[in-house]
Amino acid sequence: MTARTEEGQVPDLLYSEAEEDLRAAVRSLLDDRCDAPQVIARTESATPYDPRLWKALAAGIGAAGLLVPEKFGGQGAGHREAAVVVEELGRSVVPAPYLTSSVVATETLLALGTQDGPVAALLAELATGRKVAVLAVPFSAVEPDPSTVTAALDGMLGPIADAAAADVLLVPTTDGLYAVEAAAAGVAVEPLVALDLTRPLATVTLTGATGTLLADAGTSLAAVRRGLLAGAGLLASEQLGLAEWCLTETVRHTRERHQFNRPVGSFQSLKHRMAQLWLEVVSARAAARNAADTLATGSPETPLAVAVAQAYCSKVAVHAAEECVQLHGGIGMTWEHPAHLYLKRAKADSIAYGTAGRHRATVAELTELPAP
Amino acid sequence: MTAPDAAGLRRLTRELLAAHPPATTGRTDFLRARFDAGLAWVHYPAGLGGLDAPRSLQPVVDAELAAANAPDNDPRRIGIGLGMAAPTVLAYGTDEQKRRFLRPLWVGEEVWCQLFSEPGAGSDLAALGTRAVRDGEDWVVDGQKVWTSSAHVARWAILIARTDPDVPKHRGISYFICDMTDPGVEVRPLRQITGEAEFNEVFLTGVRIPDSRRLGPVGEGWKVAQTTLMNERVSIGGARVPREGGMIGPVARTWRERPELRTHDLHQRLLTLWVEAEVARLTGARLRQQLVAGQPGPEGSGMKLAFARLNQEISGLEVELLGNEGLLYSDWTMRRPELVDFTGRDAGYRYLRSKGNSIEGGTSEVLLNIVAERVLGLPVEPRNDKDVAWKDLTR
Repeated sequence: MTARTEEGQVPDLLYSEAEEDLRAAVRSLLDDRCDAPQVIARTESATPYDPRLWKALAAGIGAAGLLVPEKFGGQGAGHREAAVVVEELGRSVVPAPYLTSSVVATETLLALGTQDGPVAALLAELATGRKVAVLAVPFSAVEPDPSTVTAALDGMLGPIADAAAADVLLVPTTDGLYAVEAAAAGVAVEPLVALDLTRPLATVTLTGATGTLLADAGTSLAAVRRGLLAGAGLLASEQLGLAEWCLTETVRHTRERHQFNRPVGSFQSLKHRMAQLWLEVVSARAAARNAADTLATGSPETPLAVAVAQAYCSKVAVHAAEECVQLHGGIGMTWEHPAHLYLKRAKADSIAYGTAGRHRATVAELTELPAP
Repeated sequence: MTAPDAAGLRRLTRELLAAHPPATTGRTDFLRARFDAGLAWVHYPAGLGGLDAPRSLQPVVDAELAAANAPDNDPRRIGIGLGMAAPTVLAYGTDEQKRRFLRPLWVGEEVWCQLFSEPGAGSDLAALGTRAVRDGEDWVVDGQKVWTSSAHVARWAILIARTDPDVPKHRGISYFICDMTDPGVEVRPLRQITGEAEFNEVFLTGVRIPDSRRLGPVGEGWKVAQTTLMNERVSIGGARVPREGGMIGPVARTWRERPELRTHDLHQRLLTLWVEAEVARLTGARLRQQLVAGQPGPEGSGMKLAFARLNQEISGLEVELLGNEGLLYSDWTMRRPELVDFTGRDAGYRYLRSKGNSIEGGTSEVLLNIVAERVLGLPVEPRNDKDVAWKDLTR
């Protein structure tokens, strides 16, 4: 708080005590229930998500409702807290529909403004983790394309992240935003083989499905944009957690692994690569915190902060995961070592909610540095 | 007496302004009065320009004084004194040394320089060969120093010299305050890549330094120098900057004002660097927030690395962006500027000057080692100079 008053509008880039407590709770749950061998085993099973873990995270810790005001059954916290959860989930490459349901779908519903009737009911279900909802927008998109689905709820969409785990699909159409039960008639969710094993993708095909219209086209478009903005902003925290794990494990490995009668981590060529990575991780933390704080305060700086965070952090996460594989030597190329899970997640994340290049284009627009 | 809080400092500052109105008081007189009121650096001890107040409250005083249009002590001109000599004198000086040196240093009446690096001892600073031999109450110093900014305008220098060649290199060094006007001190300009002579070589021939100007015990100069070096790295890259406040500013302005220079390749590179500069700015802001909150992090060691790389890449891009103009250079005349100016002059100057950013104040390679070993805890590289007397080292 001191920093905020002293520096005026400068966002608070630190973690509060409450946020550190939340982090400790999430981390201890994940250490118990979601270590790397368990994640690998899950990704090879028919059910990548562990429903007991989701229940403990979403309801036990109350993580699913962090963005939801208390009057709708949530925690009434905000993006800064949710970002800490996302950071920890990234650190353990947890297969859980948190970013898609508890952040993007939840934020979209909140942005509809008219929080009564079906919207309020759905928010309450998402806040407790009893239901999972995902936005039926391709995972790579920064902008919805409502023309893909007609008002008659006919059309094909994909790849949609976490659609296989969703109870409800939020479908933008030319008519407005529909809530469609995934199990309803006329809805087909076809799993795809995804690069990232820990975040399943699926195609959604609607053939004259029925759903509940939540808002008109104009309101929906703005709300979906806001949902995607929050998703991109907090994805930076996932990338931060992921990169930090890669660096920590690489440092640990190179201190223990001996070659030429020395720990390989004592060779300067390797040390410098890890020190460089540390600098990138430290910088990614500032960028990710900035995005989370501007989202939380509703600052007019939010679109720029999110674009900067995405343009920077996605590169850092991929770099950290690539270095992690390389500096682990042969073991880094194996299925048994978790490095590959992080590389796959990092690379997929670099496309999710817009590539770095797409976000740089946003930076260009917002800073008035136009293309030729 | 307890240290004042923000309200107390504000009151004391207003009292100073009332007693010495900036409009009618001479610059030096005002600065002396400010020092004597303890409002120079509030975290310093009472009687030495401070009031033992928290360092984070300095902005309270600075804001009041700025609003009253009070003169400042031109901190850029006396940066080495303020940033490096003063904290070392404070930590290791005798009471007499502190009283003699700190006031004229802060007021700016006496400029300081730093006689550390030598032609054979840069990154391996502890290998230095400048000798100080005891002769009665004096030390007699012989040797050569290099990369000495401000030596041509300095009144005093902090100096490290070898006082015992028979022990390993880190243990035989002592730390002195050298009078730059003494006989035997010769300052020669060192012309650089930019054409300017911003640095100097300093030749020391039979220079007599009284033992009363030694800082810290004989043979413990390396430990004293650590205080200086730590403060040097903190002061580089520690300042608050607005968005586009660094090297990226001029390039962004050129891009906006001169559409005819734009190409797609340059656009992508500009945006990447713009984002990196903005993230570096945020990282610096986060570091300062940690300091204010009393949780200093190791990020400081990384900031200089980030700025060095960014300055070089951005200024390199700027020269290319300018096309035909980038082929030109403003002026190769050898000048001896009083100030180190990283951003001044034109793009070609910025490009050439920024090459020094990854060398001065600890090379990027040395800083990466420091991060790897002290922050990440990676094993140190095997070395063969650790337990060898300095005189037996290969040179």
